[in-house]
Amino acid sequence: MSSAPTTSPSVDKVDGFSRKSVRKAKQKRSQSSSQFRSQGKPIELTPLNVGFLEWDRKTAQPELFLKKLQQCCTVFDFMDTLSDLKMKEYKRSTLNELVDYVTVSRGYLTEQAYPEVVKMVSQNIFRTLPPSDSNEFDPEEDEPTLEASWPHLQLVYEFFIRFLESQEFQPSIAKKYIDQKFVLQLLELFDSEDPRERDYLKTVLHRIYGKFLGLRAFIRKQINNIFLRFVYETEHFNGVAELLEILGSIINGFALPLKAEHKQFLVKVLIPLHTVRSLSLFHAQLAYCIVQFLEKDPTLTEPVIRGLLKFWPKTCSQKEVMYLGELEEILDVIEPTQFVKIQEPLFKQISRCVSSPHFQVAERALYYWNNEYIMSLIEENSSVILPIMFSSLYRISKEHWNPAIVALVYNVLKAFMEMNSTLFDELTATYKSDRQREKKKEKEREELWKKLEDLELKRGLRSDGIIPT
Amino acid sequence: SSQQHQEAVHHCASSRCGEDSHGKLYKNDTETQLYSLKMYSIIHIFYNTIYDEDEVLLALAEQLGNFTMLVGGPEYVHCLLPPLESLATVEETVVRDKAVESLRKISQEHSPVDLEVHFEPLVKRLASGDWFTSRTSACGLFSVCYPRVSSTVKAEIRQHFRTLCSDDTPMVRRAAASKLGEFAKVLEPEYVKSDIISLFTALASDEQDSVRLLAVEACVSIATLLPQEDLETLVMPTLRQAAEDKSWRVRYMVADKFSELQKAVGSEITKNDLVPAFQNLLKDCEAEVRAAAANKVKEFCENLPEDNREQIIMTHILPCVKELVSDTNQHVKSALASVIMGLSTILGKDNTIEHLLPLFLAQLKDECPEVRLNIISNLDCVNEVIGIRQLSQSLLPAIVELAEDAKWRVRLAIIEYMPLLAGQLGVEFFDEKLNTLCMAWLIDHVYAIREAATCNLMKLVEKFGAEWAQNTIVPKVLGMANDPNYLHRMTTLFCINALSEACGQEITTKQMLPVVLKMSNDQVANVRFNVAKSLQKIGPVLDSNALQTEVKPVLEKLATDSDMDVKYFAQEAISGMFDFLLSTKLLNFNSLNFIFLLFFLCSFGPSITIPNQRLQDGICHGTLSNQTLKVIACLSQLHTFTSSAASSFVLCGKNTK
Repeated sequence: MSSAPTTSPSVDKVDGFSRKSVRKAKQKRSQSSSQFRSQGKPIELTPLNVGFLEWDRKTAQPELFLKKLQQCCTVFDFMDTLSDLKMKEYKRSTLNELVDYVTVSRGYLTEQAYPEVVKMVSQNIFRTLPPSDSNEFDPEEDEPTLEASWPHLQLVYEFFIRFLESQEFQPSIAKKYIDQKFVLQLLELFDSEDPRERDYLKTVLHRIYGKFLGLRAFIRKQINNIFLRFVYETEHFNGVAELLEILGSIINGFALPLKAEHKQFLVKVLIPLHTVRSLSLFHAQLAYCIVQFLEKDPTLTEPVIRGLLKFWPKTCSQKEVMYLGELEEILDVIEPTQFVKIQEPLFKQISRCVSSPHFQVAERALYYWNNEYIMSLIEENSSVILPIMFSSLYRISKEHWNPAIVALVYNVLKAFMEMNSTLFDELTATYKSDRQREKKKEKEREELWKKLEDLELKRGLRSDGIIPT
Repeated sequence: SSQQHQEAVHHCASSRCGEDSHGKLYKNDTETQLYSLKMYSIIHIFYNTIYDEDEVLLALAEQLGNFTMLVGGPEYVHCLLPPLESLATVEETVVRDKAVESLRKISQEHSPVDLEVHFEPLVKRLASGDWFTSRTSACGLFSVCYPRVSSTVKAEIRQHFRTLCSDDTPMVRRAAASKLGEFAKVLEPEYVKSDIISLFTALASDEQDSVRLLAVEACVSIATLLPQEDLETLVMPTLRQAAEDKSWRVRYMVADKFSELQKAVGSEITKNDLVPAFQNLLKDCEAEVRAAAANKVKEFCENLPEDNREQIIMTHILPCVKELVSDTNQHVKSALASVIMGLSTILGKDNTIEHLLPLFLAQLKDECPEVRLNIISNLDCVNEVIGIRQLSQSLLPAIVELAEDAKWRVRLAIIEYMPLLAGQLGVEFFDEKLNTLCMAWLIDHVYAIREAATCNLMKLVEKFGAEWAQNTIVPKVLGMANDPNYLHRMTTLFCINALSEACGQEITTKQMLPVVLKMSNDQVANVRFNVAKSLQKIGPVLDSNALQTEVKPVLEKLATDSDMDVKYFAQEAISGMFDFLLSTKLLNFNSLNFIFLLFFLCSFGPSITIPNQRLQDGICHGTLSNQTLKVIACLSQLHTFTSSAASSFVLCGKNTK
């Protein structure tokens, strides 16, 4: 667009671009599960004549306990805020006291109680999760939809965790009821949008994994499936971070030598998880898992780093910074023998990052030189690494737009010079002669083009009949 | 390995040359064998050297499907199988899918013997692979080889498919479920009953809803394959169960596929089963499901058996529809609004007036603009049945409100329906009620709206004629030329651009042109260069006299403007007009017009670049007559003409002699 001519200065004062901005404040959304099919009938629970308040929680009263559990199987519709208010409140207090009861009393847990507990928990927590409100739910941008029935749901989770952690709890009896099907439904709930629910689920699953040895392999396999579906099919699952967090401690407990199954999980599931668009939501937990694996078995370093290099982000700078962070975590624990195996492809990538026009990427890569352990590794292998890094460092020390980067690069170059001054001088000399050769080539190319253009011009004229043939 | 790779490429190139130049001569020849051997090794090198880049693998998977002729024709096509087999096992879904696609393609090029010797073992290997990826790929290959193998192999294939349907990995079960319908189609009828139905039932009650919903899709194909009398016992129990599944995704799928299901099961089952199922879906607790069902209302009603269609709609469907009109979810309402008008053609005039009209009117007053918009955009259906007049009283406030909606996309959408509405409501109603709206859009603060508004005016003029334009629109548009806001002044120019052709030469020359010319003195450069653009645009409508005496001096002046953009567009306009004249009826090489034109152009002086090439083309293609000399005489006076054009002109002249 152009400005007004200088001869007559603009008197056009009206702002052509005035606009009213209309923005509504976002409403906080909450959502109920997808299980209510317009029922409309009011729900009646007959309050038990022994109120929980009068209930001496220290003396076991198994029968009352069972009755209360049965009452809590009734599920209320929380989207209708006005219905069944009294009964909702009654259930809430009942649940509260159930929580107290399993925490305090002794000898309450009869064998008959197990199926009732599992039934009550299943009735309350297992439900089809509702569709996400916005079609393109972006966990980084959008507010999560909160579960409407949380006042009850929270207490049910709380109760279940206390139950699992109770000293009287016997996995050998419980395993009849807490079975594969139960675990499968539990895992599906990790897709809940409500972070509070996922947090409780995390604890629940962790306890189950700890207490039920027979379910461990199954749980790992199902998590596998969830991740694979997430990576290759839907790219949508809300509970990835929570599942990874559990896995972090699971990996920690793996026996050595690692089973083939675990290695496969690392290479075929955890590494591909890096490719997902929403990586930032679970990257910290993922990096933790990876490092756990490498601390267990250092020989896995090479496949892991090669995997990361294969999936290295090409256009997403934000992800590149995350990858660099993870790589530093890996380098922190790398064994020198492993480092030697992978240094060449690794530093080729680092050299590309250092010269990235995005200053955050370059900066993150250059911070490696503040890490003493990495510095010592570089120093030991300077004859290999220096030649790889030199030309990009030298070039950006002259060309990078960001002064902070240039300053960092100077430090790195200085460090290199102190490390191996003869090699440094050699590289400087080769770099300069290389540049000159390049320049010469460029000039030659330019001249060639010029000649070609002349030639074309002449031929064109000839065909026009100007120059007689 | 890079050297190896280079060699391979070299081989490939040279081999291809051989293929191209000799074609089928190689057939049944040792050379072919040698050739395909080479290809085989090349493919292997490809496959070994670049195993890691998914993008490359994708391209490779795709290309290998077209390699049949390159490896020596159908006899050797099986040598493409090993690399495709490996590609069909990679993790990346797109690569794997592409490899399966290519395998399906080349399976057709296998002879029946090759299919059993080479292809079918590959399918079996994939089907019993360790990692889930190969098993998912296998699912897509059964149906292409099944029809062409012997009955023992067929039995094996059926067994493999059965196994995969109960695989313990949900990914594989999903793949199998999605191919169930396709596989059922190639099976013999007796096996559809004995095998497919049990698989279908099992998949439809899988523990994962992602598997169950795929079974719904298969249901359509299976139902079409079975005789009517078996549907009730074999398919319907499963379908009923799916329509009431506890997962909304499955119910959504049923709603989404409802028309297909309806056609597949026939009218009797539709009456007894699908009508109540559809009612339930319309009342579902999840908005997603209701919206999907609402979308199908018209189609479902259309496909009902005609004998008691009206009765079913009136007693079963319409009550649900009435409820949906006041649904709490706007997506549901807008889905309904996009099809509800279609019911009027099915129900006829009386029912429409009595039952549907109140619903239309309610939706026209809906709080959600999308709902109103969907109603308005489908007015034509109602127009045919009861005429739009019935609605016009309610229509107007709805249109006015949409026209002033805060979201510009809503305003844009309503503008697009204006010409249609104008046609249906007639010119009087339009002048009275809508004209002001159309003019108000011209000064909207969003450019896209102003642009759409000018386009709208053009369409209105096309509908109502030039006289109407002269009386109602043109004065207002031209009045904006004096607006203090330069954006509004530019809108005048944009309107003129759009309207000149529809209004014709008379109005353009007498009323519009003076305004445009006057605006060439505007203080804002953007206005001035738009004047240049407009002059170019309306040039074709003007007569040559106006061009010569009025347009020319103004463009000449603008071409020397101090602003570089104005200068540029003025020059563009001048050469653009020349282009136009050269390419249309105005140009006749034998006429004096052409000579005037040349004078006209050349009098601009050296600042103007004449499209040399175009001129030369024109001269060379035109038939030069006895007036050639006259033209040359003119040209000789035009020193601004580049010498090359002149000389080529001379050359052409010589040639014709």
